[in-house]
Amino acid sequence: MKRPISAVLLFIVSLLIASCINDQDIEFKRAYTAGAIVYQTHCQNCHGSNGEGLSALMPPLTDSVYLKQNKTQLACILKYGLKGNLIIVHGKPYQNQMPAAELAPIEIAQVLTYVKNSFGNKLGVVKVDEVNKDLSGCK
Amino acid sequence: MKNLFYAVICVLSISACSNNASQKVLPILGNREADTKTVNGKTITDTVYQTIPKFKFINQYGDSVSNKTLDGNIYVADFFFTTCPSICPVMHRNMLNVYKEFKNAGNFKIVSYTIDPKHDSVAVLKKYADNLGITGKNWLFLQGQKEETYKLAKSYMVEAREGNVHDGYFILIDKQKRIRGSYLGTDPAEVAKMIADIKTLQADPEQNIVQ
Repeated sequence: MKRPISAVLLFIVSLLIASCINDQDIEFKRAYTAGAIVYQTHCQNCHGSNGEGLSALMPPLTDSVYLKQNKTQLACILKYGLKGNLIIVHGKPYQNQMPAAELAPIEIAQVLTYVKNSFGNKLGVVKVDEVNKDLSGCK
Repeated sequence: MKNLFYAVICVLSISACSNNASQKVLPILGNREADTKTVNGKTITDTVYQTIPKFKFINQYGDSVSNKTLDGNIYVADFFFTTCPSICPVMHRNMLNVYKEFKNAGNFKIVSYTIDPKHDSVAVLKKYADNLGITGKNWLFLQGQKEETYKLAKSYMVEAREGNVHDGYFILIDKQKRIRGSYLGTDPAEVAKMIADIKTLQADPEQNIVQ
């Protein structure tokens, strides 16, 4: 008699876990698709449809190491742009200006989720809370 | 005899067909005027096509470039500025394909006029060209007086005006300085068509007469 109960319990728990994962998956997909549209409107002209950049003018977005190392700076870069600071991407120097994008924190989270999981990157979802926290620390 | 006659007809019709196919000619765009003169007592009417007028600008190496510098070249022109965040990167990403395609072809050039000469000095244009990966003199980045640039844009049938407003067309110019094509530089498909058209133009016997 004990066994069936524990089996049922196990089943329910595994269902819960599965639905949990599903929720996360849905959240990711939602952010990713919304982020793709933000990317097309605000980023693609310079950074290219495959994040390939443009020669030595515009840096590519394919450097996962750069994205990891500058994790907390990315939201600030999107919001305030770059004013000709030297950055190193894939070992190459880039020193062009990047215009500030008029983006809401939620859009920043979406587009970062898109970029961080496209073009060969696989860095997971970026949440709005993280973006808000990063934005409050912009230099 | 009858067979021979049919054979001749056959050969003639086939050659007529293939002739038509190989003689693809690009249209001549822009305004045209009829020029009527009297030569040796006969009245002759010629068509005068719109051509690119004289200009004198400075390129990314600090050299002066005029319409004369481009004599004997088929070239593609566009209008841009280096700090343009919207269509210019897309245009020049596509133009880079054109540059690579004809890098080793003689008598072909690309000419990009800046519409923001105040910011785009010779040094800025040189840096832009370097960063884009352009070497040599096949792709010229030209800087001149703002008003002169706007005026010149009109003769290329391109819009360029105050406030760094410009459109994204690539204009194909032949050795006689006539406009032979206009392509949306932001569309990779149109730029691919332009590359094909440049090859057609290069093969046009009219372009191979010594100028």
